[in-house]
Amino acid sequence: MSMTLPPKTPSGGRDPAAISGWAQHPDRVGFFTDTSICIGCKACEVACKEWNEVPDDGLNWLGQSYDHTGELGADTWRHVQFIEQRKRPGTADEGLDAPLIEHVPLAQLGREEGFRWLMSSDVCKHCTSAACLDVCPTGALFRTEFGTVVVQADICNGCGYCVPACPFGVIDQRRGDGRVWKCTLCYDRLKGGFEPACAQACPTNSIQFGPLDELKVRANRRVRQLHEQGFTDARLYGADPDDGVGGLGAFFLLMDEPEVYRLPPDPVVPTRDLPAMWGAAAKAATALAVATVAAFMAGRR
Amino acid sequence: MSTTEERSVAATNADGSERRRSAGRALVPDVEVRTYYDRSVLKRPTWKHWIAEYFFLGGLSAGSSLLAFGASRTGRRALARRSRLVALAAVGGGGAALVADLGRPERFANMLRVAKVTSPMSVGSWVLAAYGPATGVAAAADVLGVFPRLGAAAEGVAAALAPVVATYTAVLVADTSVPAWHGARGELPYLFAASAGASAGAAALALTPVAENGPARCWAVAGALGEVAASTIMERRLGELAEPYHTGRAGILSKAASACALAGAAVGLLRGRRRRGAIISGALVAAGSLLERFAVLEAGRQSAADPKYVVKPQRERLDATRPSESE
Ligand code: SF4
Repeated sequence: MSMTLPPKTPSGGRDPAAISGWAQHPDRVGFFTDTSICIGCKACEVACKEWNEVPDDGLNWLGQSYDHTGELGADTWRHVQFIEQRKRPGTADEGLDAPLIEHVPLAQLGREEGFRWLMSSDVCKHCTSAACLDVCPTGALFRTEFGTVVVQADICNGCGYCVPACPFGVIDQRRGDGRVWKCTLCYDRLKGGFEPACAQACPTNSIQFGPLDELKVRANRRVRQLHEQGFTDARLYGADPDDGVGGLGAFFLLMDEPEVYRLPPDPVVPTRDLPAMWGAAAKAATALAVATVAAFMAGRR
Repeated sequence: MSTTEERSVAATNADGSERRRSAGRALVPDVEVRTYYDRSVLKRPTWKHWIAEYFFLGGLSAGSSLLAFGASRTGRRALARRSRLVALAAVGGGGAALVADLGRPERFANMLRVAKVTSPMSVGSWVLAAYGPATGVAAAADVLGVFPRLGAAAEGVAAALAPVVATYTAVLVADTSVPAWHGARGELPYLFAASAGASAGAAALALTPVAENGPARCWAVAGALGEVAASTIMERRLGELAEPYHTGRAGILSKAASACALAGAAVGLLRGRRRRGAIISGALVAAGSLLERFAVLEAGRQSAADPKYVVKPQRERLDATRPSESE
């Protein structure tokens, strides 16, 4: 499986469906989430919940700006983040370590103080090398023909292994249900020829759905455009097929460092080190066997 | 411990507000970690206390199977029988703990639905599926006095698989994104192997007549010392990532584990040839092994809960490869 990365496509992407037993399969699809045009309307969160019948995740006042859902989880498959920074949009050199705006009188916001609001709709990354899928002992998690990663609810036995395996803290166990849940990239809709509910609901096209190779071309063009306009903070996250997870099936255009969006700056799939880990275990196991012999030799006297 | 562990880490939220957590005096300039409202990047493992208990019981069973094998080859019948019974009881209890931890226990048989080398849990399930019955046959043949050949063969199978049973659990936790586990991937197998040997030696020491307890004493003492040594080396190599192992609940558990192991080893060395001493030593060493498993589980939870353990090493790795961007 994904101890070896899937082969590259002619356009430089990776094709995980091909090494997962799909001889004939459609193009790999995914999301390009362009956070520079997210307006924080949460239409994606609502559409996702409605279509996938994702249960209520509480009505919480978290003190995180307009974010009331906190983070991705078993009951939040799209999550809109709100980051408030004292910084004029488009001026990259000015205060990357932007201080909190809480002491600024409301009337001054966005004027002389400078203020920018970063919004981003987070989602499961549908990794090329997916840790959740690698470690799943039941086969409940599988790679679809579209190259996405999906949990089969009728097979998952709630062992929980995928939860700490995911480098992005996405998949989680649902309370009172016991199984794990996450974004399916609307597998049912894809099969029917429709785009995922979140992408369809997004009014600004911040969430774009399509063949991954096409999305990357579009994303690179967008970054160039933003840089020309002076938004030099703009950068892609998860678009590199040679990163620690072989690139993401859902990648992003960010306006600040990844960790500001609760994204790991340099994620690596833990199974990449599996051969070395089994090697260490083999040595320790041998030591234990040798200790057995030694104990009985010493005990014989 | 090394000085790096005493660094204090200042974290800055995405919005710029500062948070400061000091784990001692600041010896090195603060490194800034930016986060999203201080939220962890990872999900906390959902595993409950059952998993630490399973790690202990699985190790106890594996070590006991090895002791039983050695004992029956060297004519120590009392040691052999007791170890066989401990091996069976422990693997039974361990299996029950594993099922109890499942979100859907009635679906435990799905563990054998597929076989995947990329999943240490799948590998472990298959090994246990062969190992468990083997310990059962070995114990039953001995106690009932039937099918001696079959019993010996089963004992051989159990002993051959035992080292895997004792160490695969280390790969299982290391094969996650949890910094305190994945970072310790080179050392955890030795820690778990030593812990398995210690607990099996301890059980045999407490249960076996003094005349036959030589090898058990050996294992209890060497295992306990090995466990302390392995955890010390692990923490040293982890550097800053060792912090979750010696702070909070994990810190208390790990100190208690070392104290029990060292005390048990001392009693075993000085008084292990007497019945009372053997029982006290066995109880202390076994407690040390169990506490060590809980310490590892808790350290993993703690390291997953704090974003700095995820962000900081990755940020440093990234900045090292493209140094021009920072500063
Ligand atoms: S982001 Fe996490 S849950 Fe989604 S595919 Fe990657 S490892 Fe699996």
